[in-house]
Amino acid sequence: MGSYIPNSKQETEEMLRFLGLNHVDELFESIPESVKIKGLLNLPEGKSEMELRCVMGGMAEKNTVFKTVLRGAGVYNHYIPSIVKSIVSKERFITAYTPYQPEISQGILQAIFEYQSIICELTHMDASNASVYDGASAAAEAVAMCTDRRKKVLVSETAKPDSIAAIKTYSKAAGRQVVMIPSKNGVSDIDALSENLQDAACFYVEMPNFNGIIEDYEAYSSLLHEAGAKHIMGVNPISLALLKTPDELGADIAVGEGQPLGMGMNFGGPHVGFMAAKSDMVRKLPGRIVGETTDRNGKRAYVLTLQAREQHIRREKASSNICSNQALCALTAVAYVGAMGSLGLTELARQCYYKAHYAARELEKAGLEMLYPEKPFFHEFITKAPRDTDKLMEALAQEGILGGLPMEEGILWCFTEMVSKQEIGKLCAIVRKVG
Amino acid sequence: MKLLFEYPDHGKTLSILPELDTPMAEIPDVIRRKSPLRLPNISENELSRHFAELESQTFGVCDGFYPLGSCTMKYNPKINDEMASLKGFTDIHPLQPVSTVQGALEMMYTLERSLCEITGMDDITLQPAAGAHGEFTGILLIKAYHEKNGDTDRTEIIVPVSAHGTNPATAAMAGYKAVNAPVRDDGCVDLEALKKLVGPKTAGLMLTNPNTVGLFEKDILEISKLIHDAGGLLYYDGANLNPVMGIVRPGDMGFDVVHLNLHKTFSTPHGGGGPGSGPVGCKKLLSEFLPVPRIVKKDGSYDFDFDKEYSIGKVRSFYGNFLVNVKALSYILTLGAKGIREAAEGSVINANYMRKSLDDLYDMAYPDICMHEFVMTLERQKKEKGVSAMDFAKTMLDYRMHPPTMYFPLCVKEALMVEPTETESKQSLDEAIAVYRKIYEDVMADPEYAAKAPHKTPITRVDEVGAARNPRLRFEF
Repeated sequence: MGSYIPNSKQETEEMLRFLGLNHVDELFESIPESVKIKGLLNLPEGKSEMELRCVMGGMAEKNTVFKTVLRGAGVYNHYIPSIVKSIVSKERFITAYTPYQPEISQGILQAIFEYQSIICELTHMDASNASVYDGASAAAEAVAMCTDRRKKVLVSETAKPDSIAAIKTYSKAAGRQVVMIPSKNGVSDIDALSENLQDAACFYVEMPNFNGIIEDYEAYSSLLHEAGAKHIMGVNPISLALLKTPDELGADIAVGEGQPLGMGMNFGGPHVGFMAAKSDMVRKLPGRIVGETTDRNGKRAYVLTLQAREQHIRREKASSNICSNQALCALTAVAYVGAMGSLGLTELARQCYYKAHYAARELEKAGLEMLYPEKPFFHEFITKAPRDTDKLMEALAQEGILGGLPMEEGILWCFTEMVSKQEIGKLCAIVRKVG
Repeated sequence: MKLLFEYPDHGKTLSILPELDTPMAEIPDVIRRKSPLRLPNISENELSRHFAELESQTFGVCDGFYPLGSCTMKYNPKINDEMASLKGFTDIHPLQPVSTVQGALEMMYTLERSLCEITGMDDITLQPAAGAHGEFTGILLIKAYHEKNGDTDRTEIIVPVSAHGTNPATAAMAGYKAVNAPVRDDGCVDLEALKKLVGPKTAGLMLTNPNTVGLFEKDILEISKLIHDAGGLLYYDGANLNPVMGIVRPGDMGFDVVHLNLHKTFSTPHGGGGPGSGPVGCKKLLSEFLPVPRIVKKDGSYDFDFDKEYSIGKVRSFYGNFLVNVKALSYILTLGAKGIREAAEGSVINANYMRKSLDDLYDMAYPDICMHEFVMTLERQKKEKGVSAMDFAKTMLDYRMHPPTMYFPLCVKEALMVEPTETESKQSLDEAIAVYRKIYEDVMADPEYAAKAPHKTPITRVDEVGAARNPRLRFEF
C-alpha cells in the first residue's frame, strides 16, 4: 500500500528534472539491463495498516499462549514489571543507531555503562562488554577469547544443547578442536576433565546446567588453573542473586543469556548475551565496550572505547567480526534490574528456588521420581518419565499448562515466581490422574 | 546525569512480587553467594525520571535528519513494533510443541519466501542475529560446500579494500585468509587486478553491491563469471540492498549466497545498536548446509526439520531474533511489490538530489550518479584550512542533525558518507541542504570554532584517548 515515501508525484518529478532526467529508470543505467527485474516482484500487493493488523494478528492468534509455563531449558517465563515495558518503548531508544556520536548519544552510552556495571555486579567480574547476540553466541565468543595459543576446547555435555552447538560451529570454523566432557550422574565427569587437561585452552560449563543442577565448579577451577587453562562459566543471571558468583567459583570468564532480566520468551529472540571477564582478559572481550571519560570541559562522559580490538579498525586481525550489540535488550536488563533492585532480585531468586523445591517434593508425592535426587538445583530439575509423557503433556495442555520439557531421561521442569502454589497443586492432581 | 548507582538506596523494593505462597527450603551454604549484591533500590518515580533523562540525551530517527551512510536510517513504522508486541508472539516458548506455534512458523515461512523472492535465492535462514552474524553464517556455507567437494585448497576469501571491516574479519573468523582486492579510481572493483588475485586458492569473493561508495558495480556479471570460472562462490553483503530491491536481485546477478540487514533495508529499528536480524539466503547448491532447524511446510502445516546431515549446525540459540523478523514481515506486507520498488527508487532519487545540490561546494569522491548514498571528501578543505571531516560532522550536531558516516570507506580521504533514505521529504532535504551549505561557509570562515564543535550539545567532544588508555568500564563503589 505505502512505502512511507512522503513526496508527491509532482515533487518527485521536480527532483528528477533538477537532476536533468526524464524518468527514474535513468538513475539505474549502471545496472546491466539483462538482469533487471521486468515488471514487479512476485509479492502480494501492499496492505493498509488495518489489513496488516488482521494478517499478523491472525498468525499471532494461531499460537497457544499457555497460562502456566513449566518449561525453561534456556528461556524463562518471568514477570516483566510495567515500568520496564514503558521504558523500553521510548521511541528514541528504539530508533537510534549505535552511539557513534557521543555528544548526542549520552543516554544510550550511559545505559550501556550501567548495563556493564550491573553485569559486573551480578557476576562479580571486573569488566563486561556491551552485550552480544545471545547466550549461545556469548559462549562461543568466550571460547574464542581463550584460544590464541592452545586450540583444544573442553565443553561439558551438561551445557545447553544450543550453547554446545554454537561453540562447535564457531570452533570448527576457526580450526579449534572441541572435546566433550561427558555427563556423569547429571554433572560433568571430573575424571574425564582431568584426563583431557593437557594443552586445553579452556573448559565451558553452565550454572545451573541443562539438568538444572549446580555443579562443583570450584573443583573444576583448581584443576583448570593448575593446567593453565581458563574456566568459562555460562550462568543464569537471576540465580546469581542467590548463588555463588562465577568469581567466587574461580571462573575467568562469565557469560550467559540475559533473557530472564526483563525480556519476554519471544519464541527465542531477541534476547541478549552477556560477557564478563577478569581484568587480565578485558582486551580480549569482543564487541562494543563503553568507557567513562570526560569531555573538553572536564564533564563526565561516556564513549565507545578500546576500539583497537574491533573489526572496523583491525579488519582481518579483529578478535571477532561483531559490530553491534543488543543495545535495546541491554537497556531492558538495566530497566529491569533498576525496578527490582538488589532486594527484589534476591527475593525473586529465593522464590524461584523455594517454589521449585516445593514443586519437586509435591511431584514426588504425586508419583514422579527425581532423576538426580542428591544434587543441588536452582529452579529446574528432571523427573524420570511417567508412564506416558505425551498423555501427561496433553492433559496439562488442556488445563492451559505447558508442561516441562520432555527429554530422553525424563522431564525437565522449571518453576519461577509466576507459578503459584495453587497451580502446583493442579499440576500434581493431573500427574496423579494421568501419570 | 546521575548513574542508577548514584541514587540513594531506600532499602526497600517496589511492590512487584507477591508474598511467597509456598514453604521455604534449605539453601546449602556451599552454593550461596557470599559477596554483597550492590544494586540500587530506588523508587519507580526515580526510575521513570532517570530513563526520561537518558532518552532526552539520545538521538533517534524521530529527532531529525539521520543520513548515516550505509546504515539506512529510514523511518520505523510504529505498526510493526505493535505487531511484534502481540502476546501470541511474545508469550510463546521456543520449545513449545510445534502444533501450538503454527502461527509463528507461518510467519517465519512467509518471511523466508518473501526474502527469497526479493533476493532471487532458493532458500534462507532467519537464524543469524545481525549482519555480521549473517556474514559468518554465509561464509561457513561456502566453506562447507568446498569441504564437501574435497576442495580444501581453497583458503582465500577476496574482499575489496572498500568493504566494511566486518568482511575481512568474517573471513578470518571462518578460518580464511582475507585477500584485499584494489578499487579503481571510479570507485568500483578493479577487474584487471582482480583477475590476478583469483585462482585455485579462491574460495569466494565478498561484495557489497551497490558498493560502499554508493555505486553499482557495473562489471558485476564479469566479476561473477571470473569467480565462478575459477571454482569460487560469490557472496552478497546486503548492507546496501535498499536502493536495488525490486529492481535487480542478487541471485540474478550471479551471487550464490547473501545476507540481509533487516534493521536497515526492512526498517526494523536499530534499537541503539541492536537487536537486528541478518538472514542468509542461498542458491540450491548451498541449501543443505544451512543452519538447523529448517522450517518445512507439509500438507498445509509447518514443522521444524533438525535432520540435516551437512548443516553447519547452529550459530546461536533457537530460531533467530523472532520479533525483529515479525517487524520485517509487517514492513514487507505493507509495502508489497510496488512499494518495495518505490522505496528503492525514492532512496536513489533523494541521494542524487542531495548530491547534486551540494556538489558545487563539497567535493564528491565520485562525480557519477550514485545509488542510495554518496561520499564527500573534505581532503581539499583539510589541506587548505586544516578543517577535517570530523569538524564538519561535529558542527552538524549543533543543527540537531545526525552527521553522515565519518572516515569510511577507507579508500576516500576525509570522507563523509551521506544516505538520506527514501523516507525524507523534498522539503526536509532542502532544509538539510541549506544547513550543509551554511555549515560549509561557517566552517571555512572560522575553522577554529569548528574545531571545537559541537557547542550546543549536552557535552563537548570527549577524550577518547584517555578512555582507552585508562579504561573505566563499570561504576566503582
